Amino acid sequence: MTEIGQPAAGAVELGPLFDNRSRRLAAAAFVRGAALLPVIVVLLVVGSFISPVFLTTSNLAQVGQEISALGVVVVGEALIIMIGGMDLSLESTFGLSAMVAAWLIIPVSNYGEGTQWSPYLGILALLAVGVVIGFINGIAIVKGRLNGFIWTLGMTVVLGGIQDGMVNGQSLYNLPPAFNWLGSAYVGSVPVSLIFTAAIFTAVGLFLRYHTVGRQIYAIGGNQAAARAAGIRVDRVRIGVYVAGSVLAAIGGLIEAGRVQAVAADQGYGEGIIFNVFAAAVIGGVSLKGGRGGMVGAASGVVLLGLVQNILDLGGVNNYWILAITGGVILVALMMARVIGGEVTAE
Amino acid sequence: MNEASQPQTNEHAPPIVEARGIRKRFGNTEALRGVDAALHSGHCLGLVGRNGAGKSTLVSILSGLQAPDAGDIRFQGEPAPALDDVRAWRSRIATVFQHSMVVPQLTVAENIFLGDLPGQRNLVNWRTTRVEARNVLREWDFDVDPGAECGTLTVEQRQIVEIAGALARGTRVLLLDEPTAALERDAVRRLFERVRALVAAGVAVLYISHHLEEVFEICDDVLVLRDGDVVLNAPTGTLTEDELVTAMVGELDTVAAARTSTARTSRRPAAAPSEERLVVSDIVAESSRGSLLGTSLVVRAGERVGVTGLLGAGVATLGRVIAGAHAYQSGSVRLDGRLLPAGRPDAALAAGIGYIPEDRWLEGFVGQLGCAENMTMSISRRLAGPLGVLKPSARTRAARPLADQLSLVSRGLNQPAGELSGGNQQKVTVARAVASRPKLVVAITPTRGVDVASKELLLAALADLTESTGASLLLASDEFDDLQICDRVVILVRGQVFTEFSEPPFDDEELIAATEGLTTAGRER
Repeated sequence: MTEIGQPAAGAVELGPLFDNRSRRLAAAAFVRGAALLPVIVVLLVVGSFISPVFLTTSNLAQVGQEISALGVVVVGEALIIMIGGMDLSLESTFGLSAMVAAWLIIPVSNYGEGTQWSPYLGILALLAVGVVIGFINGIAIVKGRLNGFIWTLGMTVVLGGIQDGMVNGQSLYNLPPAFNWLGSAYVGSVPVSLIFTAAIFTAVGLFLRYHTVGRQIYAIGGNQAAARAAGIRVDRVRIGVYVAGSVLAAIGGLIEAGRVQAVAADQGYGEGIIFNVFAAAVIGGVSLKGGRGGMVGAASGVVLLGLVQNILDLGGVNNYWILAITGGVILVALMMARVIGGEVTAE
Repeated sequence: MNEASQPQTNEHAPPIVEARGIRKRFGNTEALRGVDAALHSGHCLGLVGRNGAGKSTLVSILSGLQAPDAGDIRFQGEPAPALDDVRAWRSRIATVFQHSMVVPQLTVAENIFLGDLPGQRNLVNWRTTRVEARNVLREWDFDVDPGAECGTLTVEQRQIVEIAGALARGTRVLLLDEPTAALERDAVRRLFERVRALVAAGVAVLYISHHLEEVFEICDDVLVLRDGDVVLNAPTGTLTEDELVTAMVGELDTVAAARTSTARTSRRPAAAPSEERLVVSDIVAESSRGSLLGTSLVVRAGERVGVTGLLGAGVATLGRVIAGAHAYQSGSVRLDGRLLPAGRPDAALAAGIGYIPEDRWLEGFVGQLGCAENMTMSISRRLAGPLGVLKPSARTRAARPLADQLSLVSRGLNQPAGELSGGNQQKVTVARAVASRPKLVVAITPTRGVDVASKELLLAALADLTESTGASLLLASDEFDDLQICDRVVILVRGQVFTEFSEPPFDDEELIAATEGLTTAGRER
């Protein structure tokens, strides 16, 4: 009410302050996005006490390689969460797309399909699987108005089942080096997959901040009706985001297959990676209500999960307790992120 | 009817419900200032008044939903039960609200006995429930299947279920709050027959309506509220429609009169007839908040056209249809001769329509995004550079002149729109609509919930913006103040164009009469 009483001229005088204001607001947004940084620092300190190996280049490079696959999937899920949706089936896409590609590449003797495609064609097939699954999900949820949770839950099981059925539950080995390259190669002492994933985070982060469609994603997630009333083609953007999310999940699957030099029968659905995907996105400040969150936060969520896993491994924790401890750490991180990040994760 | 029932007005027998000296205050406004009202068995009392006159407050006090600050209510001479004794209130008086209160997932029989299903010790006896429901429906000659699920019923049938529920509890006093708002004409006729039958059987009815012709048709007496006072309480037979309208409106308050004489009368001269910009033909569109039943309308280039009507007349629906926010079943919307696809706000925007939605919280802005971003959301593609890259500075540059023009008050253009005051949020919404330099601005109740100062400013800005860019304006609003910036006002009644006024300034009284579906031929200038 008090604002209304001010003369219009007041707004003009404030003009020069706008830019400082906007810089300060942007800085505040960054701090909120990076709310997990203190947690990560604590983990680094704890890790260095637990094992002298922890802070070595080779160990951190290995952590980087291990979290890359997860990281790319988290980017995809974060985009979908930001438009107010959710996609549980990314974990199955993560496995199935790699399985289809490997199946088309390797010979029958190794449980392949026998087409023996070149690895490059195989990678194209992997991306195509991502596009198709994302499109099916997008159409079903956006145009068919099916509940995203239930629909993608069903898709998760169907796609995971196809992954098993097409190779009779086998893991596929002996993949060509070109297929493994992204997930296993190093530039100096830095894994290619880490560079690639960092590039994806940066590119998507910039896209969200500076591209019209990136801004439309925030608008749709923040208030879908208002976005529609403002002339944004809401359905088209939403379907596009489901497709992008699935393609990113497929790329994550490629990285994972390269890292372990195989497509395991349980890659994705069997491992149940979707819990980690959601955990990383949400503790990184991506609001499950949509419209809020960013790549800085999502990336720090991924790093946090990777460090926890690594520290538990190095600390020699009983394998049978690792799950319980990981889950507990995630819950604690979620609470800390909420305290530090204030309103961001409070919703 | 009047003559038949008039002698029965048992002045000597105590009324079945009597309210005396009811006062109720909300903050600084006194909603009711000592209201007396009485309901008699076998009588139908009409309750009319403008929005804010205190009708809803009186209804909620009579229903036992709120306690009055002063005054008392008596049922057949007995004092009213305590406010938390819901069951006692429900057995004495029943209110059928405008919006259906039946549970759609349950059957008719269950809804009739809702909260008190026949049976013993919390065990429901389904057979008794069905039989008793059928008996109640048969006794009052209501034609509804007790086994039907309420979600499958029509609005009319749900209303019957509510009335039957009240009668089944033994209630013989009914408050009908705008019962015809969502009904088709035939359903209205059948409702009247039922109400007459109920009244003839000795039920007391309080009939609340905006439609004066309905009041004349079925009410024995009418009580008019204005600013919390009873200004008239008389048999309908002794009144004319004009007298009723005058009682509702009273004298124009001085503030309104002053405003009309300043801003609104500084009118531009009537422009020469220009080409048709918007042509709406025979639109049929279903909406829970007022369907359109063949609405046609023309807006010329540079013209400012107001559309108004009662709640449920389809005023907002018409605006939404034109802006592409609501799909329609048949008819056409053309802008400069080009057909606009139904239900496509993006296509409407591309064709040159700026849209100020009715509910700014729902459709007006994205709360967590900045003012500048919200204001330029409709033109983000235009502002973007190669590959769709959009610099925040480009948004700010585009938004600043609009912010200045509308005197937007914010802590900088990057402040999230959700943090602004209501009036400033509305300015952001208006900016978003005019940023695209539209050929036609569709504004739906643009001043709702906006304080007086911002209201004047918004209307002036809307008039200026359309004037300076030559854009046309379609202003759909039930606030008569808004309409004063228009060249022409079209009145909708039940989804159809009823009449129009083409000579501003518009007279509130004539507008009210027209929205009620009454012609004011005698007073037309």
